[in-house]
Amino acid sequence: MLRTLLSDDLPRSRWLAAALLAIVIGLALAPFLFPGAKSLNVAAKICVFVVLAASFDLLLGYSGIVSFAHTMFFGIGAYGVAIALTRLGSGWDAVAMGTVAGLASAIALAAVIGLFSLRLRTIFFAMITLAVASAFAILASQLSDVTGGEDGLNFRLPAILRASMSFADTPLFGVRLNGRLLDYYLVYIVSLVLVLVLLRIVNSPFGSVLKAMRENPFRAEAIGYRAVVYRTAASCIAAAFAALAGALMALWSSQTNPDTVLSFDIMIDILLMVVIGGMGTVYGAAIGAVLLVISQNYLQDLLLVANKAFAGVPLLPDLFHPDRWLLWLGIAFILCVYFFPTGIVGRLRSD
Amino acid sequence: MKRDFIPLLLVPGIIIAALPLVGSSESWATLTLAGLAMGLMIFVMASGLTLTFGLMDVLNFGHGAFIAIGAFVTASVMAGLAPWLKADSLWLNLAAIGPAMLAAMAVSGGLGLAFERAIVRPVYGQHLKQILVTTGGLIVAEQLIKVVWGPDQITLARPTALRGAFLLGEIAIEKYRIFAVVIGLAVFAALSVTLNRTRIGLLIRAGVENGEMVEALGYRIRRLFVGVFAVGSALAGLGGAMWGIYQETVTATIGAQVAVLVFIVIIIGGLGSVGGCFIGALLVGLTANYVGFLAPKVALGSNILLMAIILLWRPQGLYPVARR
Repeated sequence: MLRTLLSDDLPRSRWLAAALLAIVIGLALAPFLFPGAKSLNVAAKICVFVVLAASFDLLLGYSGIVSFAHTMFFGIGAYGVAIALTRLGSGWDAVAMGTVAGLASAIALAAVIGLFSLRLRTIFFAMITLAVASAFAILASQLSDVTGGEDGLNFRLPAILRASMSFADTPLFGVRLNGRLLDYYLVYIVSLVLVLVLLRIVNSPFGSVLKAMRENPFRAEAIGYRAVVYRTAASCIAAAFAALAGALMALWSSQTNPDTVLSFDIMIDILLMVVIGGMGTVYGAAIGAVLLVISQNYLQDLLLVANKAFAGVPLLPDLFHPDRWLLWLGIAFILCVYFFPTGIVGRLRSD
Repeated sequence: MKRDFIPLLLVPGIIIAALPLVGSSESWATLTLAGLAMGLMIFVMASGLTLTFGLMDVLNFGHGAFIAIGAFVTASVMAGLAPWLKADSLWLNLAAIGPAMLAAMAVSGGLGLAFERAIVRPVYGQHLKQILVTTGGLIVAEQLIKVVWGPDQITLARPTALRGAFLLGEIAIEKYRIFAVVIGLAVFAALSVTLNRTRIGLLIRAGVENGEMVEALGYRIRRLFVGVFAVGSALAGLGGAMWGIYQETVTATIGAQVAVLVFIVIIIGGLGSVGGCFIGALLVGLTANYVGFLAPKVALGSNILLMAIILLWRPQGLYPVARR
């Protein structure tokens, strides 16, 4: 049963299995274990980013393609739902239409970019996606009639997902059973299903072809698999999952703006997640996402302590300023690429 | 050798084609100058990047960091020399701006050497790692800039003599743009002379065409490459300084923003080709300004469109480098 669910891709390491179990159970019980709006927000963000990072890993880890446009697809999914909910009112039909529209445009755009530039080399594709994504982000903030510009869109979720919706008068273990809680479990379950589907995809024959192309493109072509077709398909699938993650993000936060769904900072976050967690494994993306979102929200507190401790010493307090958390993760990222190219998961599996 | 002149015609072609679209010849002249100035600034930043790629197949995604550092160093030096900048004398102004730009070049070039050593050298020949590690370098460099110069944007006052515009009939010509065009052309001339008339230039061009052969003849292409990398970083610093003074504000993300334009330019030009890079930069600068005037909302999209059109016509860029 478990073997089928995980598509025969077991963790293969006791510690990895323990960590994954802790993540799945911890997130399932998060509203009860860590009560409070901030921690619930962190938990939901982890769920969404696990999907986003895992889908990016399909490109970076499994296909050996670097795309800087992954946030663009995330943004397309989020804006699809946001625009539909703003224009058509807060019903489930609007959610469905927005999701489908976002999904379709993400796949179409990924196919165009892929057919255009995936026959070229890795570096070319990386540069072209970078250019397209930055143009898209600027376009989204310029077209304020549709996207709300820099301020973004604030919209109302379907009634059943709002905090004002109450399912029971008495709280359960001190947690109010309201629409917000239901919203969290919607995000959690959909994310879990999406990750399992991704696991299925990377362990299918299709996934094997991608890996073969990563290792030896020439030989894979010689056997008869056309690189551009497979890579474009991978890019479309990754875009589709990113768009779904974006739709979930919109359904959770009930607002979208360029900073939270389209900025280059998110792209960097995803890169850090996949590389630090471990490229070429869906589990690595999951662990990286958990690590990064938590340190994004809590590393600052730790740095503040260091910052206070070094007060008076020149330069050091600035290095340990709470806003400089990305500096430390950036250094960790570089060290990972050099010394642990397989990331945390690779380390755990090799022990 | 047969020369390929068609791309050369694109720049005058686009300038002439824009005249009827823009309508008034005064704004057309202003836009053309602005486009040329912008294009030349981008060329200064992009030239080093395209050469290092041609030589060693290394593409530095952290190139933007040197642009940003150049801009910040200039801001600091110019803040120190503020009285000279405010003086109403062209020579005193230049005496302030000159050292500021030289300092930007020196610091960026020096950091380029360190960057090559620490970040790029261990991943020669591995593209995926190269992209990842240089992006990591960009992240760290951006954060370090915030540590040294603080997280807020810095305003950069233009020197008195380069402020404002003079009128040529009905046409307003901004002085700083003339200054930028002069420096940009000077850099292009210096690069062309070095590449075409000196021994080092000969080796660099030979290395771009066929590195193995150059190595076989007994030249160390890596040493050559380190030099080109440092000069390219220094030029990025110079470009960043010019860009910072042009925008009159400097932020830590300036590098990442301009780097997108730089990438578009070197793709259009053909990776590894300095001449292509020059034409590509002018095309990008001109289209950005014309489209920015005609349809401001799609200005940055226009560059992508330009890139798509050129790649449809020549998939390897304007001047493809032989074996790529």
